[in-house]
Amino acid sequence: MVITRRNPVISALFLILNFFCLAGLYLTLHAQFIAVIQVLVYAGAIMVLFLFVIMLLNLGDEERLKEKLSFKRIFAAGLSFGLLLELVYIAGFIDVPMPAGDFSKGVEIGTVEYIGKELFTTYLFPFEITSVLLLAAMVGAVVLAKRKMD
Amino acid sequence: MTIQAYLLLSAITFILGVIGVLTRRNAIIVFMSIELMLNSVNLSLIAFSAYLGDVRGQMLVFFVMTVAAAEAAVGLAIIIALFRNKRTVNLDEINILKW
Repeated sequence: MVITRRNPVISALFLILNFFCLAGLYLTLHAQFIAVIQVLVYAGAIMVLFLFVIMLLNLGDEERLKEKLSFKRIFAAGLSFGLLLELVYIAGFIDVPMPAGDFSKGVEIGTVEYIGKELFTTYLFPFEITSVLLLAAMVGAVVLAKRKMD
Repeated sequence: MTIQAYLLLSAITFILGVIGVLTRRNAIIVFMSIELMLNSVNLSLIAFSAYLGDVRGQMLVFFVMTVAAAEAAVGLAIIIALFRNKRTVNLDEINILKW
């Protein structure tokens, strides 16, 4: 539904629904921390940003982009469908040699406590790098969105 | 639930994102399709992480989310700047980089 609606607002709302469903799936996989982060960051922050931009640019109804069906577009959709068939075949029907495992071990590793401990010991350096990345993105966004006149 | 079910769902959402990027011409919808693809990859990472009892997958998902947030901020700023200059978000009309 995200990709079929013409109105970007409706498509964004369907994307939020999708994010909430994914958060539920993460909960069934015992990844509580990631599920909470999914709702907070994606459904909260990022989608608010998207809706804000859609409404700021006033794309709601009057901006009906002419999306005509061309050969290129049908070809692209066909190629993607072929890729989907290949992926489904690989994921579902081939016996890929995989390390044995079950979902019982994931119970204790998804908690906030465990993830926080890992994040601040083993993954401390990547964590600090992401803070630099976020700072750079913030500065970049402000510079790009600033008006050029002044 | 086996891991195949999660992988199938992940593949289907990823391909929906690919179709959205390739066929839609509204820049914001293309952008949302990119988010959809990132999320499908996150789903398969979490599924493998729970399947193998390994925390590395969830760490990777955490960093992917950080990068996605940064990317959304910068991309939307670019879209605003483009819209201010060209008054359109149609990707077929944004061809100033074309020689």
